[in-house]
Amino acid sequence: MSAPVETEDETGTPDGTPQQELRSYLWGYGLSLLLTLPVFGAVAWDWLPRAALWWAIGAAAVAQVAVQFRFFLHIRLKGQAKEDLQLVLFTALILAMMGGGTIWILHNLDGRMGGP
Amino acid sequence: MNTETGRHPGLNLGSGHAEAHGEAEALVFGFWVFMMSDLVTFGLLLATYVTMLDNLAGGPGPKDLFELKPVFIETLVLLTSSLTYGMAILSLKHDPGRRVQPVLAWLGLTLVLGLAFVAMEAKDLHALLAKGGAPQRSGFLSAFWALVPLHALHVTAAALWLMAIVAQVWRFGLDTPVKTALLRLGVLWHFLDVVWIAIISVVFLGGLA
Repeated sequence: MSAPVETEDETGTPDGTPQQELRSYLWGYGLSLLLTLPVFGAVAWDWLPRAALWWAIGAAAVAQVAVQFRFFLHIRLKGQAKEDLQLVLFTALILAMMGGGTIWILHNLDGRMGGP
Repeated sequence: MNTETGRHPGLNLGSGHAEAHGEAEALVFGFWVFMMSDLVTFGLLLATYVTMLDNLAGGPGPKDLFELKPVFIETLVLLTSSLTYGMAILSLKHDPGRRVQPVLAWLGLTLVLGLAFVAMEAKDLHALLAKGGAPQRSGFLSAFWALVPLHALHVTAAALWLMAIVAQVWRFGLDTPVKTALLRLGVLWHFLDVVWIAIISVVFLGGLA
């Protein structure tokens, strides 16, 4: 990782050499397929009991979102302006509070009202 | 590994494209702010959908309405279009002769995949109506129609934007406004992938599991 970047005409753009960048996109594509295909297979052919299946879908989705952010959207923990990462993380926090809060409160209310 | 730090989130064009790289900083950051507000919209529509899951009002539910196969094909099409968009940006960034053709070829392929996604999605929604899944049928279906077609509308808008950029490349070549527009559309295009992953996981895979 600490080897100096080849000095042709592309000296160290923030995303690495052209070959590194191409490899990064292909990795991203490969990983996203790897996280998609088994989940569809598991749902199509009932490989797991229902609760385990839901957990697997959730875990694959979270990993998939991380892959998309890392390899396609180029959001990284290092090597870019801090404000941008903070923008994404703050939005995630707001969303977790509002989305999670909505589901929690309405589920609770549903229980208290006797539910459909 | 790198000697420069990125100026903005998303792919940086780097110092080889000094003018566009400099201009992109504020433009791409601004676009990210919009994108994150859009993320909140989708997140809350998804939360609404989850709270409405049991509100079928005697109408059809996920297992009566959804089919896995078309969703699977749509997912592959959208994921592949993200890769081809990335290839377009990489040829924009690195092509030694600054040629227009490779960029246009990858963008054209991306556009075809995007339009194919929208067409398949439209067919699915039409099939849903035929199965009695109209939005006014139940709270569940209202929430579904607010969420999934909104994503399809986003992809449609992104495809229209892509057509406009292709026309600009055709007319003006790869000048600075075109480059920064491609960087911003890239954020939207990959972001719509992320939203689709959330939608298939909660609505389709979760509903059919």
